[in-house]
Amino acid sequence: MIWLALVVVALTLGAAVAVLLLDNLLAATAAASAVSLGVAVIFVLLHAPDVAMTEAVVGAGLSGLILALALRRLGLARLDVGPGGGRNDA
Amino acid sequence: MRNIATLLFLGGLAFLLIVITGSLDFGAPPMRIGTQIQAATAGDVGTANIVTAVVLGYRGLDTLGELSILFAAATAGGLVLGSAAARARPDGGFILRAGADLMFPLLLIAGLYIVIHGHLTPGGGFQGGVILAAAFFLPLLARPGTTPGHRWLMWIEGLSGATFIVIGLLALYRGDAFLTPLFDHGTLGELVSGGSLPLLYLAVGLKVGAELAGLLMRLAQDDEVTS
Repeated sequence: MIWLALVVVALTLGAAVAVLLLDNLLAATAAASAVSLGVAVIFVLLHAPDVAMTEAVVGAGLSGLILALALRRLGLARLDVGPGGGRNDA
Repeated sequence: MRNIATLLFLGGLAFLLIVITGSLDFGAPPMRIGTQIQAATAGDVGTANIVTAVVLGYRGLDTLGELSILFAAATAGGLVLGSAAARARPDGGFILRAGADLMFPLLLIAGLYIVIHGHLTPGGGFQGGVILAAAFFLPLLARPGTTPGHRWLMWIEGLSGATFIVIGLLALYRGDAFLTPLFDHGTLGELVSGGSLPLLYLAVGLKVGAELAGLLMRLAQDDEVTS
């Protein structure tokens, strides 16, 4: 149990660092969703299924969707990263 | 400079948390109300899911506040984004279309199940509502040309929100406090149990689902501005 929790914590922290380091904004959004998913698994391990469900649905699903749609609206959703570090000001 | 400030802030936050948790005995619950609620729920409210009893039975007014906050946020989002107009966009592609067709009924069933069984199993109106919103948003993502049907969503949202308040007012009419659960408790663990709490959660689920589906449709259908 504790080893599972440690693995999930390591994955979550890794995804959180990836959010900061990734140049591609879409990939960063996906990594942020992965953070929420890891937190949801931790909630399940802590016997809080209601909170875990909310975290998975809202944190991993909805907020990622809204962030991705906002990126598309702003014209920042590019799959290839140019020299501008993903922030194309075209 | 900003990184140093962030690090300082995080360090201070961690210090505060360590001090707070250090002053508590490990494993000792800081609040004693939890055990009492767990003992009293089955007789008081009659729901198998104690979280639902707290969310709708003991703290129904807070849930109404939560709903109104969500409503205000969705309204503000709609104001900023403007009304959605269906425009000709490139098609979603075969994989997205087939996936949307496959996922739509599954998401619908999962969302409705979570909403309807909110008083028995983990989950409830908010979680199931978000899943319903995703279910109705997915086909729109796959076929961008279809009309969104905002009028329906507005009606569902308004009627379900009104239902929540009317159920609360009925308790007032009966002489109890606002949002006191109505009806008999029924048998613990049955689908029809917990008095009016399943009805309240159904209203919450429909309202949240319609609201978020409308918001997502607006966000997706309004064309990107810069590119």
